[in-house]
Amino acid sequence: MLKNRIIPCLDVKNGRVVKGINFVELKDAGDPVEQAKIYSDSGADEICFLDITASNENRDIIYDVVKETSKNCFVPLTVGGGVRSIEDINKLLNCGADKVSINTAAVQNPNLIKEASKKFGSQCIVVAIDAKKTLEHKWSVFTHGGRENTNIDAVEYARLSEKNGAGEILLTSMDKDGTQSGYDIDLTCQISKAINIPVIASGGVGNLEHLKDGIVKGGASAVLAASIFHFGTFSIKEVKEYLKSKNVSVRI
Amino acid sequence: MNVTIVDYKSGNISSVINSFEAVAQDNININVTEDLNQIKSSDKIVLPGQGSFKSCVDALNNISGLVDALKDFALVNKKPLLGICVGLQMFADVGYEEAETKGLGWIPGKVSKIDNKNGKYKLPHIGWNEIEFMKNSKIFNGIENKSHMYFVHSYEFIPEDKSVISATVDYSTKVVCSIEKENLFGTQFHPEKSDKLGLQIIKNFINL
Repeated sequence: MLKNRIIPCLDVKNGRVVKGINFVELKDAGDPVEQAKIYSDSGADEICFLDITASNENRDIIYDVVKETSKNCFVPLTVGGGVRSIEDINKLLNCGADKVSINTAAVQNPNLIKEASKKFGSQCIVVAIDAKKTLEHKWSVFTHGGRENTNIDAVEYARLSEKNGAGEILLTSMDKDGTQSGYDIDLTCQISKAINIPVIASGGVGNLEHLKDGIVKGGASAVLAASIFHFGTFSIKEVKEYLKSKNVSVRI
Repeated sequence: MNVTIVDYKSGNISSVINSFEAVAQDNININVTEDLNQIKSSDKIVLPGQGSFKSCVDALNNISGLVDALKDFALVNKKPLLGICVGLQMFADVGYEEAETKGLGWIPGKVSKIDNKNGKYKLPHIGWNEIEFMKNSKIFNGIENKSHMYFVHSYEFIPEDKSVISATVDYSTKVVCSIEKENLFGTQFHPEKSDKLGLQIIKNFINL
């Protein structure tokens, strides 16, 4: 049986982790290479890096980080943030990323997803959707790190992304992100039902039940979280043992 | 010993390279090349494959003499060859991804889309799933039955002769996920992304 995936996400800025594991025994709490290794050794099903480097000059640093990480990390590595072109995707994959997640550029240029999935295969193209509730059961897609409202319906956009060749959808609820009050289950459920590719739920996890709800109620194939792992609230092992005890199938 | 990962300019092979380099002992050279002479003189070959069946076959054919060199290596000299993902699928006679495309024809069979029961199962089949042994395979030394491996695919290899199947995976149907036929090995899952157990499979192949 296919297992539900637990994906810790590390925010990386100028090559340093700004939201990652905050454990005392780490030699260097800001080193993404070391943190990714710890996650993969402790049973993470995939690792996600979100590059939040603000300036273009520092953009190249992420390539070195990915290169170093992939030498020691033998579970899939997804890298997102600032990916704009076929060339960006190509560079990340060549450095050892297994998947690339694309947000703003995918909205601005739907051909990018078409072209990228044809060139590199759907399996490595993840469309990241930042969605914010506008009406009851309605969400709008936001770009530029949540600053710009595109007024595109999130469910429709997920359908279009699938049609264009995305292999997965990384779905973040902007209303829930950072609140620790749980995923937007309604949103996750609507999108998961609307498309036939896997949905990764993101934004809002504060406790173990939230993770379970993302999968059981939201229909997500994978759940992503940052803070609960970052602050050491729960370990990957605790998460998996809890889910197993609730009859949610996970890899242990 | 020389292990060659065939770089035929299709898809991303850095993870495959990293994993082989991570497990290789000092006396093992891991080469990454499309050079025909180097391929011919290798002891073992790894044929990776990402993207569509058609794009991988096209890329192989684009390198003049490569298909013949691989055929000599695998079918005439019968030296060990491991196909990963589409690398395995290409052993078949024909594939139906994008367009009907002729495969290498090394193991009779076809590559078709997984039956997702009208959308009941999501495709691609992405994530960790348990493999179920159908027979002993040398590359499964030290691996327990029902171990988890990492999958990303929408198509499956259906060989005519079922005795080549060394493992299946349960996803809507029993999907073929590993084969062994004499010196030919193949995995539909990605050992290079399957954590310690995946690395063990790679080690087993290197140590054959």
